[in-house]
Amino acid sequence: MFDGGDSNVRKFNTVNRRVFILKIAKGIIFTGIVARLFSLQITENKKYLTLSDKNRLREWRLPPVRGEFEDYFGNVVAGNTKVYQLHVVPEQVEDFKYLMVRLKNILSLSDKQFSKIVKKKKQQKPWETLIISESLTWDQFSKVNFYLHELSGAKPVLSVARSYPYKANYTHVLGYVAQASESDLLENEEIKNKHVPGLRVGKTGLEKTFENSLIGTNSVKRYEVNAFGKRINQVDFKEGEKGQKVKLTIDTEIQKLCNELLAEKSGSISVMDIYTGEIVAMHSSPSFDPNLFMYGISYKDWDLIRKNPLKPLINKTISGLYSPGSTIKPIVALSALENDVISTKFKVNCTGKMEMYGQTYHCWKKKGHGIVDLRDALKQSCDTYFYEMSRRLGVDRLNITAKRFGLGNTVFKNLYSEEKKGLVPSTKWKKNALGKGWVLGETLITGIGQGYIQTTPLQLCLMTAQLANGGFKIFPRITVDKNQESLEKIKYKMKESLKITNENSSSLIRSAEEIFSTGEKEYNKLFRNQENIKFVLEAMSASTNEVRGTSYRSRIDDPKYRFAGKTGTAQVKKITKLQRELDLDTAQIPYEERDHAWYVAFGPYKDPRYALCVLVEHGGSGSATAAPLAKKLMKKIIDRHKEREKIRKNNLVDI
Amino acid sequence: MFEQSSYSEQYTFFQKLRSFDFVLIFCVLCLGIISNFSMYSTDGGEFLYHSKSHFIRFVTFFSMMIFLSFFNLRFWHSTAYLFYTITLGFLIWASMYGVTASGSQRWINLYFINLQPSELMKIAIIVCFARYFHREQMSNINSFKNIILSMAILLLPILLVVSQPDLGTSILIAISGVIVLWLAGFNIKYFIYSGLTLIISLPFVISMLKPYQKQRVLTFFNPDRDPLGAGYQIIQSKIAVGSGGLTGKGFLKGTQSYLEFLPEKHTDFIFTLFSEEHGFIGSVILLILYGILIFRILNIGSHSRSFFGKLFCYGFGSAIFVYVAVNMSMVLGLLPIVGSPLPIMSYGGSSMLATMIGLSIVMSTKIHSKQIIH
Repeated sequence: MFDGGDSNVRKFNTVNRRVFILKIAKGIIFTGIVARLFSLQITENKKYLTLSDKNRLREWRLPPVRGEFEDYFGNVVAGNTKVYQLHVVPEQVEDFKYLMVRLKNILSLSDKQFSKIVKKKKQQKPWETLIISESLTWDQFSKVNFYLHELSGAKPVLSVARSYPYKANYTHVLGYVAQASESDLLENEEIKNKHVPGLRVGKTGLEKTFENSLIGTNSVKRYEVNAFGKRINQVDFKEGEKGQKVKLTIDTEIQKLCNELLAEKSGSISVMDIYTGEIVAMHSSPSFDPNLFMYGISYKDWDLIRKNPLKPLINKTISGLYSPGSTIKPIVALSALENDVISTKFKVNCTGKMEMYGQTYHCWKKKGHGIVDLRDALKQSCDTYFYEMSRRLGVDRLNITAKRFGLGNTVFKNLYSEEKKGLVPSTKWKKNALGKGWVLGETLITGIGQGYIQTTPLQLCLMTAQLANGGFKIFPRITVDKNQESLEKIKYKMKESLKITNENSSSLIRSAEEIFSTGEKEYNKLFRNQENIKFVLEAMSASTNEVRGTSYRSRIDDPKYRFAGKTGTAQVKKITKLQRELDLDTAQIPYEERDHAWYVAFGPYKDPRYALCVLVEHGGSGSATAAPLAKKLMKKIIDRHKEREKIRKNNLVDI
Repeated sequence: MFEQSSYSEQYTFFQKLRSFDFVLIFCVLCLGIISNFSMYSTDGGEFLYHSKSHFIRFVTFFSMMIFLSFFNLRFWHSTAYLFYTITLGFLIWASMYGVTASGSQRWINLYFINLQPSELMKIAIIVCFARYFHREQMSNINSFKNIILSMAILLLPILLVVSQPDLGTSILIAISGVIVLWLAGFNIKYFIYSGLTLIISLPFVISMLKPYQKQRVLTFFNPDRDPLGAGYQIIQSKIAVGSGGLTGKGFLKGTQSYLEFLPEKHTDFIFTLFSEEHGFIGSVILLILYGILIFRILNIGSHSRSFFGKLFCYGFGSAIFVYVAVNMSMVLGLLPIVGSPLPIMSYGGSSMLATMIGLSIVMSTKIHSKQIIH
């Protein structure tokens, strides 16, 4: 007890007092830690739980299943087919080289394919799926499955790919799909959001236009991953939705016939319902099999398509620009009548050529037609008559009428990016575009569809349709739209538009833009006097069904099938004096210099319902080449009419 | 002198056993069991390297603690300076021939064990101070000689540990040393003065820090500065704790640790793993266990009649508190990340050894609480 004493007591007191202070401090600090735990684990639990899930869960998106295209009768024209694929995730493979050599033997891959795969592997991240083969044959697929135990890391996968059962028939209508490129991702937000390696997207045509509704939604597999991104196990699977179905107005039977008719030829056929504007068929020839693009086309096949002089890659129906030739004559005649330039009684003496402004203008018939009135001129396609008539009409008035009937503008609004506007010249246009004044001689050749004027086959089809329906505006479309007005309503609206007085004719002629902007479609009349339309239609019938009509040889006498049409033979090159004298047969002229053969028609004549346009590039004369095709086509169209009507009534809900 | 004082205080084995502090042992055992289960979880639910060696260490050192508890408090009193000197020797040895791992030379190879002397120093410094102030008169404590000497005792190991470099351990040694000095009766004004000096010199100190240490301090203030680098640990630890919620994700179901988002999960971040799996409730229970442990240690100290035992218990209890508080604050993002294990819970032999030695001295104090050391 030597330690005793004041000092020691004081020492003990100090230390005890200070420990007491420490205890309080400790209590406070522990409370602080508990408070912190509370704030993290209770108050902010949701936030951190989300962050933790974000850490550990990774989504793997699978390619969405693309929506199908159906024709008017519900046949699938662009669908999905099961394909067997072989995937490898390099990260999960122990010995990649060994696996590849084994696979090369089993699948009997060529050295080229082999090195392509190896190259692809180097460009990818090790955990990204490497697609060894996009389409295994059943043999290969079962072989791989047989040896699967030796091929650790290889995964045979059942996948879907786009298929076009009608092959070349729908190529230009639908376009095709191929692997999404960098620019596809940049242009389309939807593709960017749904993109997975190997995703196929529409490259051209409707496949591209309807991309956003066709694409569907991704199936999503959620995996738990560790800090290094390695998959540990699958957490859940969310099945994606298949893309929406798009129904076309096209009749595959007629479409197929178009393809057959144009086989070995270069050209285009389009068929349209003259009231509803439905495209019944639309074909451009030559075509190609879009299925070739499914797994990446081979160089050989691609070269064949690309270098084909008949240009299979171009959709000639909407993006081919041609002189319309004599097929424009109904519009020229209508314009002249509407503007009271001539009466139907007006006569011209055709001697086979005509001297004007120091130049000679020839009629296609060297001997001349003699004295012809307007009906004869249309029927026999007398050029001389049209020279004289257009001289009196002037190009600007012709321009107005032609544009009103759909020339010089796209037929589909934004459906096809490749669609061309064409050109209907006017004096103002020439001044602006070429900086030169209009020469009167140019009016003459415009009157027979030569010179500056350029149209697409579909524009001529629309023009014919709008004449055939009595001269009313229609709205061409290629897909079945639930909001579409019924045939009866359209006819009713057309009748209603007759009641609009002609007081202010400029308000009557509304531009296409104006009509679209109002939303409600108005099937306005495009004429001043319907008698003029009737006259033109009658003359077109004469051209087909009367002796000396230009397409008399292609007529059908059966009233059920009787149709009316107008031939056209468009020069692609100015005819020289020498050639005129030689007067060679089509077969004797080099292919590129031969005339384009046109034929526009509508039928059945008694109660027209369909309009068509046939173009055979460098096919020679319209009456010899194009009209006979139209005859076969019209017969088929009218035969199919009953079937189509049945579907039409089912398809429409309103009224 | 020595023989004189030991007149009536020779306890029998059973007397000693009876006066064991069973609450303390209970707490240590609980923490030990929890730590073993946590270690099992860090091994992904298998009895692998870490869990195995942690289990062996715990069993060994716990037994050693029980055994050492029977030692008379006088033994610790008489060997205090020796203990300190040997540990200091180890530190010097480590600084010269030590084993280097992850850029720091802190281990010495004792053939059967890789010892981290800085961990032992945490205890040694307290024992040393307890001995030093045991005989000192209150009036004498604040003498110039005492201040200089105790500063030397404290600064010598700190400088050695800092140079390893091991900022975390040196800070912990410093804090526990300072606490003991204050408890011993050092005038509060010295602490205020030196505290002020420290704050003023802080910018200079920071400028002298190693780049990675500077990075850590800066990262602490804004973890998003470098979310994949230095801030990664703090961010992932907070996510793990926060996502645990009230009841936790369940044993062996802590995704953050299981999927290896959590770094150093068996050492410094063991509490994070525990908190993720057992949630707020589990964490609070663990905290209460530590609280009881610390409270018992302080309590034993307050009942001790010897100043040596008393000061040691107070010092050790406070040190345990500091380790726990610093570790937890660190993993909860309240303090910068400095290497500081959680006593008993964290993987690490030296830390376990030091803690157990400290506990055995506490236990010895309890058993010999009536004893007066001259």
